[in-house]
Amino acid sequence: MASMHERKFVSGDPAKCVGCCVCEYICSMEHEKTFNPTKSRIRAVRLNPFVNIAIACRLCEDAPCVAACPRDALEQSEESGLILIDEEKCNGCGWCIEACDYGAIQLHPETKVVFVCDLCDGEPKCVEWCPEEALDFTTKDILAQKARVAVVKKLFQEALKATV
Amino acid sequence: MIHERMKGPATRKYRTLGTPENVLVLNAIKALPTRNFTQASFEGAEKVSGEYLNERYIKKIIGCATCGMRCDHIGVVSEGPYKGSTARVEFECLWAVGPNCGVDRLDAIIEAIYQCDHYGMDGISTGVIVSFAMDCYENGILTKKETDGLDLHFGNAEALVELTKRIGSRKGWLGDVLAEGTMRAAEKIGKGAVKYANHIKGLELPGYELRTLKTAALGFAVSFRGACHLRSGAYSPDVKGKVDRLKIEKGRGKLVMDGEDLYNVIDSLILCKFSRGVYYDTYEDMAKYYTLATGIEMTPKELVQAGERINNLARVLNIREGKGTREYDQLPPKIMEVPVPDEGFAKGAHVNQKEFDVGLDDYYEVRGWTKEGVPTEEKLRELDLQDLVPVVKKRMARMREKGGK
Repeated sequence: MASMHERKFVSGDPAKCVGCCVCEYICSMEHEKTFNPTKSRIRAVRLNPFVNIAIACRLCEDAPCVAACPRDALEQSEESGLILIDEEKCNGCGWCIEACDYGAIQLHPETKVVFVCDLCDGEPKCVEWCPEEALDFTTKDILAQKARVAVVKKLFQEALKATV
Repeated sequence: MIHERMKGPATRKYRTLGTPENVLVLNAIKALPTRNFTQASFEGAEKVSGEYLNERYIKKIIGCATCGMRCDHIGVVSEGPYKGSTARVEFECLWAVGPNCGVDRLDAIIEAIYQCDHYGMDGISTGVIVSFAMDCYENGILTKKETDGLDLHFGNAEALVELTKRIGSRKGWLGDVLAEGTMRAAEKIGKGAVKYANHIKGLELPGYELRTLKTAALGFAVSFRGACHLRSGAYSPDVKGKVDRLKIEKGRGKLVMDGEDLYNVIDSLILCKFSRGVYYDTYEDMAKYYTLATGIEMTPKELVQAGERINNLARVLNIREGKGTREYDQLPPKIMEVPVPDEGFAKGAHVNQKEFDVGLDDYYEVRGWTKEGVPTEEKLRELDLQDLVPVVKKRMARMREKGGK
């Protein structure tokens, strides 16, 4: 059983994301053979020109969407942490959508059942296509390490400036 | 494929410095109109250049949905009187409110563009209207009485921002008059203001010095929408040095026509003009993608003809409205009569009537139009536009009648 530490998921970097939505288009193309952002499992949000981020399922531990489902239609894979949806059981009631803090699980515009990121069998197409390299297929540990490196670089720069 | 090309060399300029790169390029070849097309280069160009802008003001470069290019340079003013002002900065608007008004302060330029965005005004037109008012003020046609105390000397950044706001809200006599655009404002102001009005068919000139880019001068003059750099790409052979840009000669008509037809096709396919370089084989590529997207067979030849058809259709529309003939394909007085004062190779350059007539004749000939600039019956039939033949005949008969009286 893979622990929370090893689970890889798609993470967006708001410093790099420009909200161009290429991820949405490539996602819907990969899964639904159409260029249609409303059928994308990752969604980009632009609050203003400077605040953009793309959001997909973060594979939470004890995922609240699974707990919220009254019909036991959702299940979390112990191996990968992915949310598995039984499309027969789901009736689109939307409790899981309310339970998700990130808006990562959505109602499909045509099938009327929920759908969520499946990581494209371990090779997320959105990460591959992002023109800004703003998406990472990564674990929480790696993200933390990256943040540490970034902050040390920043501190180091300021320290350098202070000494000059 | 296109997505990969979008990230490639064809769009490098738009992704890096952005179109403001043009400021120094055009300034170096004396093709940067300055102070309402008085000079052809700007001594403060360094301070409004793409390099300076990107280093100090651009906070983020974002992109349109699905695009791999990302050209949208968002400029933010972080200090001074215009602190917080945020606008997308492109060459044309930067030029119109900057060098064109003699202003070399980027904070005021960003604020003026921001005000244009706020009021929903075209940045190029607004800038040229402001510079027109400044030119009138410099030449004594407008005084402090008319401007409500506003000092409209070239280079006054505060006045630029204030006048932009007044035009947007039609505040005061001057704001109200200028909001009509340079063509009508010049008529209303009178006193010879027409001499300083830089427009073609009522649309203000964009940021290309037509006295030193003469293919562009011809292209803008014959354009059916007036002086629009998105309607005619004729400045491109001039700037790239493919032709002698200081004169008009036979052959320019064909250059102008090809550029116009291509732009018609690009617009009708709803392609972004910044991306025009990624269609390496122009019409071949466009026809291929047209077929892929619609399932309708399309050949490059048909696309070329579609471009020509669009231009003829628009021309006939102008003729029907009584504004489509040769006497409307004219350049503003400043381009025709005032020579470039800058020292150097461009000194004294201006478009004279003789070479301009050669250009017009050449253009009408390659288009298959009469000397009056009217599409012939054969041309319209060739383009499958025979329905329009009566429209043209009726209008021309009426014009001859008028002329006869």
